Amino acid sequence: MAREEQISKNLDWVTVLLYILCVSIGWANIYAAIYNPENPLWIGDAGFFESNAGKQLIFLGSTVLLIIAILVIDYRFYDTFAFFIYAFFIFLLLAVLLLGSEVKGSHSWFKIGSFSLQPAEFAKTATALALAKYISTPLVNLSRFKDQFNAGLIIIIPPILILASNETGVALVFAAFLILLYREGFPGVYVAICLSVIILFVISLFFPVWQIWIGLVVLAGLIVWLLPRYERKLRNIALIFGVVVAMGLFVTTVSWVINNVLKPHQRNRIIVLVDPTFDRKKTGYNVWQAKIAIGSGGLTGKGYLQGTQTKFDFVPEQDTDFIFCTVGEEHGFVGTFFVVALFVGLLLRILHLADRQKNRFARVYGYGVASIIFFHFMVNLAMTIGLMPVIGIPLPFFSYGGSSLWSFSILLFIFLKLDSHRSQMLSRW
Amino acid sequence: MDEIRKMLIRAFVILIGIIFLARLLYIQVLDDSYKMAADNNAIRKIVQVPFRGQVYDRKNKLIVFNTPIYDLYVTPKKARVADTLRFCSLFDITRAEFDSLTKIARTYSRVRPSLFIRQLSQQDYARVQDVMVDYPGFHFQTSALRSYESKSMANALGYIGEISPKRLEDQEAKGEDYYRQGDYVGVTGLERYYEEELRGQRGIKYMMVNSNGMEKGAFKDGKLDEMPIAGKNLYTSIDVELQQFADSLMQHKVGSVVAIEPSTGEILTMVSAPTYDPNLLSGRNFSKYYKTLALNPLNPLVNRPPSAYYRPGSTFKLIQALVGLQMGVIGPGSGFGHAGAPVKCHGHPLAGTVHAGVQWSCNPYFYQVFKRIIYNNPEPNVFKKSAIGLQRWNEMVAKFGIGQELEVDLPNEKKGKLPSVEYYNKVYKGENRWKFSNVASLSIGEGELVVSPVKMANVAAIMANRGWYIRPHMVKGVGKLGEIDPKYKEHVSVGIDERHFDPVIWGMMDAVNRGTVSAEARIPDIQICGKTGTSQNRVGKDHSIFIAFAPKDNPRIAIAVFVENAGFGGFAAAPIASLVIEKFIKGKVERKAMSEKWMNKSFMMNIPALWNINKPVPPPVKPDTLKITQTQPKTPLPQPIPIPVKTSKDILTVNSDNKNSKRLK
Repeated sequence: MAREEQISKNLDWVTVLLYILCVSIGWANIYAAIYNPENPLWIGDAGFFESNAGKQLIFLGSTVLLIIAILVIDYRFYDTFAFFIYAFFIFLLLAVLLLGSEVKGSHSWFKIGSFSLQPAEFAKTATALALAKYISTPLVNLSRFKDQFNAGLIIIIPPILILASNETGVALVFAAFLILLYREGFPGVYVAICLSVIILFVISLFFPVWQIWIGLVVLAGLIVWLLPRYERKLRNIALIFGVVVAMGLFVTTVSWVINNVLKPHQRNRIIVLVDPTFDRKKTGYNVWQAKIAIGSGGLTGKGYLQGTQTKFDFVPEQDTDFIFCTVGEEHGFVGTFFVVALFVGLLLRILHLADRQKNRFARVYGYGVASIIFFHFMVNLAMTIGLMPVIGIPLPFFSYGGSSLWSFSILLFIFLKLDSHRSQMLSRW
Repeated sequence: MDEIRKMLIRAFVILIGIIFLARLLYIQVLDDSYKMAADNNAIRKIVQVPFRGQVYDRKNKLIVFNTPIYDLYVTPKKARVADTLRFCSLFDITRAEFDSLTKIARTYSRVRPSLFIRQLSQQDYARVQDVMVDYPGFHFQTSALRSYESKSMANALGYIGEISPKRLEDQEAKGEDYYRQGDYVGVTGLERYYEEELRGQRGIKYMMVNSNGMEKGAFKDGKLDEMPIAGKNLYTSIDVELQQFADSLMQHKVGSVVAIEPSTGEILTMVSAPTYDPNLLSGRNFSKYYKTLALNPLNPLVNRPPSAYYRPGSTFKLIQALVGLQMGVIGPGSGFGHAGAPVKCHGHPLAGTVHAGVQWSCNPYFYQVFKRIIYNNPEPNVFKKSAIGLQRWNEMVAKFGIGQELEVDLPNEKKGKLPSVEYYNKVYKGENRWKFSNVASLSIGEGELVVSPVKMANVAAIMANRGWYIRPHMVKGVGKLGEIDPKYKEHVSVGIDERHFDPVIWGMMDAVNRGTVSAEARIPDIQICGKTGTSQNRVGKDHSIFIAFAPKDNPRIAIAVFVENAGFGGFAAAPIASLVIEKFIKGKVERKAMSEKWMNKSFMMNIPALWNINKPVPPPVKPDTLKITQTQPKTPLPQPIPIPVKTSKDILTVNSDNKNSKRLK
């Protein structure tokens, strides 16, 4: 009993409150998304628990049990067994490739009766644990190439397996660990390269290659001209132009890949981004309908259960990946502002908790949690409001789906468990 | 280092949040276009077409009304037809038709209703209604069909049809958006002219639909719905009984009868012969019948009274006499001999007065009158003198509505032609190159004059009213309040003093009693005042024209009858006019044998448009009744252009080539 008292005392209730807000608002929106005015279902009605809202309620109940289990398990378990857990999920990812059932073209689901489970969702948590374990190993220094390589290996194995099972969206999430690595002393130049790659990629979508080349050369000339006289050495000038040529070659390659390597449906997703009016009936349908739904919400929205776009199935995947549309349509800008603020608040809170850890394992894991949730939040919202191509990943705590809800809850509550024991965990630094 | 990185990561999270909020602010609050797109997506406007206004005659008899009809719709997803054969026999379609209709509906949508069978009558509907429970997925929608009480007046009433692409474009140019593709609108006749009154106000129902287009209940509980408002009824001045009688007189003939009540300008009867059964152009068989009607060389689809082109012939002498009297160039007692006139006359006593000139329709008399009208100015140069005279004459004649629009309440009213100084300058390629002798044929209503039957009926009304008219119109009142355009109440003066009418009207009276009009046309107890006319043609027999009013004092009816290719003067037209007058004034026709005779009389063998169809007969030689010998001008000048009889559709133009016959074979 004393033990439970201790947990409830040390648990960060602010985060718990934010979490409860997220899942309850999320559930209310799932209910609205599948709401049928001709046949409204409420708890107790026949067929309610066959509907997605009913199922999600079951998932929520089971999540509570999971959370209690996590909080009860000894906090040293996660540190100690981090690599075992990681290895176990690598094994599951391999197994699902061979034994999994196919759902919507992807081979990443275990089906047990009417229940299906996606190990890829949980692999994120496992990878965060393994990465935290590795980085917190004494003498690991991320500015050294060997350690960089090992950390990279831990990160890269699961997404490769996930890609093999045709789940591009989930695989991309592992890129989020770059934030974690950056915090832990990964050289800034890598991050700079990554950012410039993203920026150049976006630029290459909007401008023809020759224009970008001209722009880059002009930019390089400008930098050289602005350099102080004493810095205008041949070496520096050559370096600058070398970087520019590398950038140009990258852009050329990207546009070549887009035009010659990508499959038409992938290319179309990118074209939709550049030209929102492209193919509204098929490729651009999701993005266009999602924007209509959100945009028609106005300032205060149409009212709960009054959204015509989400209710009448205009937005596909509206209870999973496009759940944010329901918020936007029924609650307007007020609602979307609240949800965005909720996520930013939750992320800042997690970052704050992470930075107060004395133990490096807990801190790195905390950054891992924040990175994953942040990546999901960023990509999912950017996709729904037409700032990024459609990448099918769920909005944490909001989207319908047992695997997703469970994996995010486990991810978060392992961290909260570690946090509640922060005074007991010895800092190894 | 760590601190900076910690801050940078937090800054990045906050930055992304701000970017999202900015974007959301833009698409949700600042940009309105998504709201419209959402309404287009999920809200379907269902148009409710109101009942079109009905049409009544002057005795409140219903002539045009709406019959409910039933369109059968199918929703493929719900449709179950267990016994296809029974279904087919029920609706009288073949198995192949059933299959193709089903296929079309499936291709359109599996969940949305498609039109399956169009326009089932009420009887058919009653027959199938009970069995329809066996066929889920089918439902009926009511609409209305235009129905006509009689076969009369098809052209004047007009028909309704699907709106043409051109009218949709016109509407767009005007910035209106009432009509959509597939809407029914008045295409001709009163249906067209009074379209806005008849159509009523469409209602709109807003329904919510899902992404498959299935209806999901009323939007906002129907608060935004608009109820349809039924169209206004038209109360016409037509006397259906008289119309039907006039129709029967005009069978086997081509031409027009227009009768007007002179005191009100109300049109009592408007016959355009040949006509057709207006019920044929309503409903399912429209395209089938329209085609045969459009290809008919007699152009039954042309409403001749306001649209056909004829020369007025001698009926125009009434106007010449009045203009001469008003100008003072002649007096009631002026007389002219036959000498010196290049036009011939029929044997009759010397016309020593206006009265006699009109009575005998004396060509040389009106040649002299017109010469005086034209030369009634001090200008010494004969060319300039002619121009000044013609200008003055033109202005005075125009007041009779000649060459002007009378603003009849029908579409396609033709102005006709009244030659002006500019016109002759153009024909003779310059000013001062023509004089009276070049335009002399105008004196007897030939040459470049063109009128329509409605115009000449109006001239008869002017005679009856002694100097004024009210614009002829068919509709006395619109809707319950009986509103009418004020222009149909206004007296229009023709600028001739009332006293000048007496000698001309006496002439008209005696023309009927002992003059040019055949004895048959006289009615013992009704004094008809009339004037015959012969409208010359390039090909084929002359058109017979008669305009009249009756009785002489307190006239109740003014009438113009045109019978195409029926021959000289009032031969055919006058008896028909006489019978219509008798019918209207007495309410019945006592001259049974005579009406029988005229009903059965046919002039079809004279119609040039029909010659080519049966056998290529050369046009019969035209009786040489009028000849205008031109006094040769010093310089050779082009001849005045003869104007062929023409209607709005060129097909009526007398064609001697074989185009029509080929098409009909």
